[in-house]
Amino acid sequence: MSEPAEKSPLAIFREHCDRGDLAYQVSGGKAFFYPRLTAPGTGSTDIDWKVSEGLGTVYSTTTLFPRGADPYDVSLIDLDEGFRMMSRVEDIDPLEVKIGMRVKVRMIPGRDDEAPYPVFDLAEGA
Amino acid sequence: MSKIRGNAAIVGTAESDLGAVAPDMSPIDLMAQGTVRALDDCGLSLKDVDGIMVAASQSRMAALSLCEYLGVNPKVFDSTQVGGSSFMAHLTHAQAAIEAGLCETVLVAYGSTQRTVGRATASSREPNPYEDPYNPMMPPSAYAMAAARHMHEFGTTREQIAEVAVAARKWAQLNPKSFMTDDLSVEDVLGARMVSHPFTVRDCCLVTDGGGAIVLTTPERAKDLKQKPAYILGTGEAITHAMISQMPDLTTTGTAISGPIAFERAGVKPADIDVLALYDAFTINVILFLEDLGYCQKGEGGAFVEGGRIAPGGELAVNTSGGGLSYCHPGMYGLLVLIEAARQIQGVCGDRQQDGVNLTLAHGNGGVLSSQCTVILGNEDTL
Repeated sequence: MSEPAEKSPLAIFREHCDRGDLAYQVSGGKAFFYPRLTAPGTGSTDIDWKVSEGLGTVYSTTTLFPRGADPYDVSLIDLDEGFRMMSRVEDIDPLEVKIGMRVKVRMIPGRDDEAPYPVFDLAEGA
Repeated sequence: MSKIRGNAAIVGTAESDLGAVAPDMSPIDLMAQGTVRALDDCGLSLKDVDGIMVAASQSRMAALSLCEYLGVNPKVFDSTQVGGSSFMAHLTHAQAAIEAGLCETVLVAYGSTQRTVGRATASSREPNPYEDPYNPMMPPSAYAMAAARHMHEFGTTREQIAEVAVAARKWAQLNPKSFMTDDLSVEDVLGARMVSHPFTVRDCCLVTDGGGAIVLTTPERAKDLKQKPAYILGTGEAITHAMISQMPDLTTTGTAISGPIAFERAGVKPADIDVLALYDAFTINVILFLEDLGYCQKGEGGAFVEGGRIAPGGELAVNTSGGGLSYCHPGMYGLLVLIEAARQIQGVCGDRQQDGVNLTLAHGNGGVLSSQCTVILGNEDTL
């Protein structure tokens, strides 16, 4: 039986975010995200935390058009280490975000007292 | 072929009130209304029901609420909740329960007042620390990203995707219960209010109230009832993810798993099916499901639906009710998908009834392309 967990996967992820690091996990040579106590597919608890280089590619993207507010981007990003996450590409017009664009992570402060969280900027040539 | 092939049949179907229902109606009111109508449809009574299967986003313990309301104490109950495909899953569980001798006559019910109370109230999202900061509009944004990926990988065009909504509207014009029946063109779909690019509001299902019920029973009991039985020949289920970021491939759904299982259990092939009822929460769904069920190669779904091929008079009858896009979409629309597939077997679809229907397929979708459940129904000749 595994030991009691001292910290949740989310708490450890957010500690990394506080340091400006995008954390992910690896088990059996396979990278995965979101962070978990057990590895998907195997149930293994032999899991390593890693820090991503933060470079990735837009896997898919949409621009949302809320009534009475500005349009904004939501994208799925494939990080070079082999995991995928939802995020937002920030530094260009949301309709200009295209599948296949190279992007790099940046931590931004959360709203109110929420934890910092990762967004992405264009990384041409990376 | 499965040993439980045809061990149960849908004998009664009914919609509750649909669209915008009377003020202060509850989801359970609509389930009960559907229940008595479905029992009347087949000629059974509440005392015949010894199994109840039900799911609803507005009732966390829906079996409790419905059993109390109806005043019944069934031998078997099931509140499996995997979103809009829950009712297809219920049929599998009902078949298993009947095969095991646990019960004989099962009621499957659904109700929603999401138009009355608002979608955010009707199906509140669970907190998700990995998605919430980005404020996706769910479910549309998830399906929009599947469409964007399909367009990127296969060159599928916006016009092709819009053809799904146009076909649905043409079918809806043949269904007196449809919520939207105005003429709709590809240009209308593309020019409508943008919701989540590339989707406009006409790529998205309706937001209506509604619900209904299905009664199924053993072949022995089904023989002497008011409607022709629609036998459950095969079912298949798949769950691939919960969050859209966890979907293994945005252009291939769990239907590629559930479909072949259902066809194998039923002992039939895609070309044998006369009418398809595919859960069209969004336009892209129909393209993905036609591909994943084997009606065309992966990536060819856009071209497949061109030129009115799935519209009335086309080569393949898909979503003859008008679908979630134009007929009715009360949140978890799968029960109404099943009802249309059963009614096409029963021959009671009026102006939209297809000729010579022996086999139909109902496909349910839940979450954000997350759960996929396929059901194949057949008439007596297919047993």
